Amino acid sequence: MTTLQAARLVFGRELRAKLRDKAFIFSTVSFLVVLIGSIAIPAMLNSGPTKVAVVGGTSAPALRAAALDVQEVPDEATAEQLVRDGDVAAAVLPGPRVLALEESPAEVVGILSTAPAVELLQPPPYDPVLAIFVPLGLAMLCYITSLIFGLQIAQSVVEEKQTRIVEILVAAIPVRALLAGKVAAITVLAFAQIALLVVITLVGTRVAGLDTGVIDAIRPALGWFLPFFILGFVMLATLWAAVGALAARQEDLGSTSGTVQMLVLIPFFAVIFMRDNDAVLTALSYLPFSAPMAMPIRIFENDAAGWEPFAALAILAVSAVGLLFVGSRVYQGSLLRTNGKTSFAAAWRTRSTVG
Amino acid sequence: MTTVLNVEAVNRSFGDRQVLKDVSFTVGSGRLTGFVGANGAGKTTTMRIILGVLAPDSGTVTWHDAPMTRAARQSFGYMPEERGLYPKMTVGEQIVYLGRLHGLSTADAKRRTTALLERLELAERAGDTVEKLSLGNQQRAQIAASLVHDPELLVLDEPFSGLDPLAVENVLAVLRERARAGAAVLFSSHQLELVERLCDDLVIIADGTIRAAGSRTGLRERHTLPRYRIEVEGDAGWLRDEPGVTLTELDGAQAVFDLAPGADEQAVLRAALARGPVRAFAPVRPSLAEIFREVIR
Repeated sequence: MTTLQAARLVFGRELRAKLRDKAFIFSTVSFLVVLIGSIAIPAMLNSGPTKVAVVGGTSAPALRAAALDVQEVPDEATAEQLVRDGDVAAAVLPGPRVLALEESPAEVVGILSTAPAVELLQPPPYDPVLAIFVPLGLAMLCYITSLIFGLQIAQSVVEEKQTRIVEILVAAIPVRALLAGKVAAITVLAFAQIALLVVITLVGTRVAGLDTGVIDAIRPALGWFLPFFILGFVMLATLWAAVGALAARQEDLGSTSGTVQMLVLIPFFAVIFMRDNDAVLTALSYLPFSAPMAMPIRIFENDAAGWEPFAALAILAVSAVGLLFVGSRVYQGSLLRTNGKTSFAAAWRTRSTVG
Repeated sequence: MTTVLNVEAVNRSFGDRQVLKDVSFTVGSGRLTGFVGANGAGKTTTMRIILGVLAPDSGTVTWHDAPMTRAARQSFGYMPEERGLYPKMTVGEQIVYLGRLHGLSTADAKRRTTALLERLELAERAGDTVEKLSLGNQQRAQIAASLVHDPELLVLDEPFSGLDPLAVENVLAVLRERARAGAAVLFSSHQLELVERLCDDLVIIADGTIRAAGSRTGLRERHTLPRYRIEVEGDAGWLRDEPGVTLTELDGAQAVFDLAPGADEQAVLRAALARGPVRAFAPVRPSLAEIFREVIR
């Protein structure tokens, strides 16, 4: 049996085990529910055009032109009753005078007033509120998924170590087949989850009828986000496996995985807090650990030149190869040390397994 | 017997501590070889080196007179000292998986798993997850995991610990079947009387060095002194004055004595018969435990 065949068997088992794991299914489903909810709820709250009652026809055409739901009524008393009953948001009486319950109906007032013409020199292509939430959402998605699935790798390694089955596995197949199969399976699951969320976002925003300017800006950012995420995840994957192998029991994982958690956490906060600082964000979009979060944001904000994502992706790929090497060496050096936690340095020096 | 596994001058240290010193012994096909030693003597390290889980600092392990290869190792069956299977996987699936990792096709792995679980009286638990099994049944599952691919060499670290007497007999029978079918079986155990009953060959290790190795009968002959036990009627004290006899124990009618080189035990027996009835007369054969104590000194 070749190393590849062995890795494929490990891959298959890992995938089946995770897909049957209740905790895993629960976290994926709850992730989806939150996402669908965050798209659907604003759409459901949006109850259609504002309803307005009009007495005397003079302002009706202007209101209709602004796509309001206009209801013409014969007299002021009827109009007032409609407002009091909550059937309409406002009533426009001759004068014009506007009736409303508690709040001045800004939309109606705006239509009936003359405002000076405003010309924006740099009009944002989408709602500025979304300009804050979309990058935040992307960074969160990347951060949470990396952390959840990274920990899954580490836990799966500790499980094999703690139950000692690892010794049987290593006697049968090369250590690198075990590592590769495991990392590949969890990367596929992480990617599947991310891809599912991305598809739901794209379809959902379209169905919910969100601002098309946002969708147009999101699409390239999401398109780039996927390769960045995958490479970023693979870069850390063997490190997650390594910190799993350094631990002797699940309880040790908190301390052995601290460094790798920081490698996810610090870039996330750096991106979140430095988002408005163009120079810093540009630097972050090239640093391998933060690139998967920072570069898609720059693309979304239309801030990155066409070649920039390619350059950042290349840097990320080179770093990934380097860290794959580091992670697998530490993994091999610590996998069979079952007496307590292993230090990183000791694992690095140990070349005990035949491989 | 054909020697299949040859461990030659293997050394291994962990830090400053040398755990194995020039360890050499052989394992033959179709035989059960017992590997005996105190805790920390180096049994597990030796086994791990044979399986390629650990690399030796120096020395070699050969298989059929050729250097060990990954493919050869894959045909071995291994049961580590510290047991382990995936707790949340069912017994059946797990053994099929391990069979496949050892190179079986899915169909073969399934067929053999079913047969093996049947043989180990574990068939009705095949669908249960390992964590739901009793310790004894987990142990049987572990043995099944090491046997599923019909290994040519079986390396079992303490296969009988944790088994009830009935399970010991069951597992013993399975191991004997394997040996009869031509497999080489190397196993360690603390239960010396079990090893004594079961093994064809013995390897005794202490402080990282091999103290004795060979067939059980040969070993026993080598370690048998010209010592006899006699039981007569009346007092056996007269033996003290027999030529060539050194009394080592005397308890009324019973005595144990050593013979000087060249002395004839039959002459002593005749002398005893001349004095009256002899109830018992036999050479004293050392038990494995006694040989063990002697060689590890």
